[in-house]
Amino acid sequence: MTEPDPPRPRRRAFDWSTATIAVVAFAAAAAVYVRDGREHFLDILGSDVTLFGEMLPKVLAGCLIGAFVTMILPREMVARWVGHESGFTGLVVAAFFGFLLPGGPITIYPVAGAFLVMGADAGAVVAFITCWTLCGYTRALVWELPFFGPHFVIWRIVEAVPLPIIAGVLARIAVRSGLARLSAK
Amino acid sequence: MFLAVNILLWLVVAALAFIAALRGRVLFVDGARTGALEFLRLLPRIGAGVIGSGFIAEVLPKAVVASWIGPESGLLGVVVATLGGALTPGGPVVGFAIGSAALKSGAGAPQVIAYSTAWALYAIHRLVIWEVPLMPPRVVWLRAAVSLPLPFIAAGLAMLLAQP
Repeated sequence: MTEPDPPRPRRRAFDWSTATIAVVAFAAAAAVYVRDGREHFLDILGSDVTLFGEMLPKVLAGCLIGAFVTMILPREMVARWVGHESGFTGLVVAAFFGFLLPGGPITIYPVAGAFLVMGADAGAVVAFITCWTLCGYTRALVWELPFFGPHFVIWRIVEAVPLPIIAGVLARIAVRSGLARLSAK
Repeated sequence: MFLAVNILLWLVVAALAFIAALRGRVLFVDGARTGALEFLRLLPRIGAGVIGSGFIAEVLPKAVVASWIGPESGLLGVVVATLGGALTPGGPVVGFAIGSAALKSGAGAPQVIAYSTAWALYAIHRLVIWEVPLMPPRVVWLRAAVSLPLPFIAAGLAMLLAQP
């Protein structure tokens, strides 16, 4: 590992969103218990715990894949590839790396910033971030699958496949027509 | 289906672990540890969200959810869902818990797809907290602006394909 690790702000901080969801969930669970009785409460709890349990091996696999890919795929190489390809191929290459690269916002945005420095255009960067957001497998495996199940997630991703390219093309049109002005610095 | 997905995933894990091990023991141990720690860190968050969303779905007023963003709500429902996605604050737990609770209590699939696409692409809090500090702001706003139509395209494709 030659590249320095990106800074990790707020990593250990108290997670407000989880706490909020936990409080809301607790209130909802209490309401179900009072309104519908113990049996219905246990029914829902049982099916949700089963769902959660079934997803755990996939979530663990997603975390491990993310960790290994981060270590094996050098960011420098990715940035060079995306920076040098242009035209429609550039958009596809950028989107492909968006799909491939795991990690959260703190690792992905610095990579996108590096693309700009290495000469990628705004369209490629937009395609990269859009694809990472919508089609990234770690996000889908770790987060989306436990909540929605495979059928919904697979179809949502299939329907998202054209979106990074559309966003990249729109960004290029905006820049070329002078609607948006960008310098690569 | 369930078993096949699991086997496929773990084959990928094994292949990546093998490549890492070829490059050195330290890399392999590091990767395994990072992945396992990330898993442990996420466990309570996903647990709270997944188990919570079942109860939240149960208390959501189904008639109201269905009339606003149900399968019959059409384009207006997609607009409402897109706005909701853009305004949802918080990390992944919040967006996915709300989306799946809505789906369980009568929301339409295209509307939920619009919601989670909008939330993933331009939830306002995320642009401000994550993206602006780490990227040139002009790129961030350009990206958000060209993303505006994407939830509608995704929902339109979902309606066209009649899936999920």
